Amino acid sequence: MTPLALSAFTATSSLGTGLDATLQALLERRAGLAPCGFETVRLPTWIGEVAGVDAQSLPAPLGEFNCRNNRLALLGLAQDGFDCAVRAAAARHGPARVGLYLGTSTSGILETELAYRRRQPGSGALPADFSYRGAHSTYSVAAFVRAHLALAGPAAVISSACSSSAKVFAAAQRAIAAGLIDAAVVGGVDSLCLTTLYGFHFLQLTAPQPCRPFDRTRDGICIGEAAAFALLERPGSATAEGTILLLGCGESSDAYHMSSPQPEGQGAAAAMRAALDAAGLAPEDIDYVNFHGTGTPGNDSAEAQAVAAVLGARVPGSSTKGATGHTLGAAGALEAVICALALRHGFMPGGLNTREIDPLLTVDYLLDNRAARLRRVLSNSFGFGGSNCSLVLGRAAH
Amino acid sequence: MSLPGAWIEGVGLIGPGLSDWPTAAPALTGSAPWNQAATCVPALQVLPAAERRRAGLTVRLALATGLQAVAAARAEASRLNAVFTSSSGDGQNCHEICVELAGTQRQISPTRFHNSVHNAAAGYWGIATGARTASTALCAHDGSFAAGLIEALLQTAGRAHAVLLVAHDAPYPSPLREARPIPDAFAVALVLSPRRTAAALARIGARLTPQPGDAMPGPLEALRQAIPAARALPLLGLLARAQRGTTVLDYLDDLRLAVEIEACT
Repeated sequence: MTPLALSAFTATSSLGTGLDATLQALLERRAGLAPCGFETVRLPTWIGEVAGVDAQSLPAPLGEFNCRNNRLALLGLAQDGFDCAVRAAAARHGPARVGLYLGTSTSGILETELAYRRRQPGSGALPADFSYRGAHSTYSVAAFVRAHLALAGPAAVISSACSSSAKVFAAAQRAIAAGLIDAAVVGGVDSLCLTTLYGFHFLQLTAPQPCRPFDRTRDGICIGEAAAFALLERPGSATAEGTILLLGCGESSDAYHMSSPQPEGQGAAAAMRAALDAAGLAPEDIDYVNFHGTGTPGNDSAEAQAVAAVLGARVPGSSTKGATGHTLGAAGALEAVICALALRHGFMPGGLNTREIDPLLTVDYLLDNRAARLRRVLSNSFGFGGSNCSLVLGRAAH
Repeated sequence: MSLPGAWIEGVGLIGPGLSDWPTAAPALTGSAPWNQAATCVPALQVLPAAERRRAGLTVRLALATGLQAVAAARAEASRLNAVFTSSSGDGQNCHEICVELAGTQRQISPTRFHNSVHNAAAGYWGIATGARTASTALCAHDGSFAAGLIEALLQTAGRAHAVLLVAHDAPYPSPLREARPIPDAFAVALVLSPRRTAAALARIGARLTPQPGDAMPGPLEALRQAIPAARALPLLGLLARAQRGTTVLDYLDDLRLAVEIEACT
């Protein structure tokens, strides 16, 4: 594929709002996880909650879209001048030439969960203030962001569980390559809700302590929330040194099980190979891998085998989910932005919380930050339903 | 603003009074009456027994319709990329989860939880057909069919194999039904090939347009408006007439998708 520039990007997670806070937390090896105290949920696990989400208020004409997920989107868009960069791109290309592709897994379902508690006695009807289109609909976040940023191009929400906001990069790349649009806002927004907290709990996949990806005694995920965005454009004829580039996207399916990865990581390996092929790169061209690395025994084992099979055991990698938690439908975009920070600032973030690397996982898992002049990195995102997506990002050099 | 063109090699269709493409096509051209019976979703044979028990109505609907299209195209399902589009996920499953979470126990079974993902149909499709190719699951509220068609056409560009598009929607139970009234289940599937083969029914082209979406004649217009996946009906009507023509499909509030169909003769 022809590389695309990430001409603007931003991330908001439990590490903080915006790139500076995210970078500082990564450099200082601080996690955003805390014992679960979200809403009325008191489960024995830790979560990555974003501070200040409920203090956000949507512009009055867009009040119909008020829900935690869209408040988080609004908070995220306002960081690092991202919303201004998008408006400038819309002015440059025309608003109809800017596409919008966002990933989410649960959209504003928290509103529905709360509305079910307020059902009318007798009739069982939902309260009158409940808006399906504004909150519950999986497309809600794109409808809100498209209106908020006054975009007029094609739009879709991709909802393929934990690969959602990696796959938006692939969808946007196809639309730009075909000439349908000249630029795209891509990203992921996923917010805490009861469905995922209790759902993963009863799957026995939530960790009772801060999650420890690739640890010998790893015991599950910590759920987080995040909003992360990037503006994708064709790079100009003279790409400035240091520009972060999307070099390749690869997608595959496990065809194995709804909630467990194929044990040898065959689907994951296929996505990584497809991303390398799209980028026209060899395995040795990859300097760092941001693992999907959820911290479940099954994911990390399958992913380690896939990475070893495709890239060999020598490439350093880590999971940043020990810092952010697993932000589900936002993880692909959040980790793409973390990769962009790693490329820009010349470091590989070491995994947090992990004490003893599982000797069965034959990868070079980083336990501490390491300075490195990175050229190209790969980020993995795998989801329920066996949906896999890998991205290759790079730094323009001369 | 034009999208890559493709050839339609197979069509699947299940909806109210519509059980498959060959028998439904005459009702879409007006040459036969449309019998407004409740949608009948056939039993699945393709999944392993455990998954067949776990799959909800909307998943069975999506898979059955996709299989119709693949069979009509005489295609190999495992080679096709798959694009699933649905305005919502499994509404019944979502309702059961919300009821449980509003109570005091808040017990969600693993099956309930993994069926709650929007890409459940895509996941079961891979298990059913062994397809390890790329699959995706997307939506754009009432414009979900057009969003899926755009993605599927973009995926055909430069690919050796065809792409399967499945659009599917099924009703919510009360009380979500009152907030999102979808009266019955409807799904349509297209096998879209980047090149003309012996199975090709028609060439399809598409472009974005601000023009308003076209209506269906007679009682089918109510169906088109009532179920998001049925926003595909004007395209299916053109295809059923086996001629050349254009129509405009609903997509977003201010953006629509004009499609051109030219039947292969």
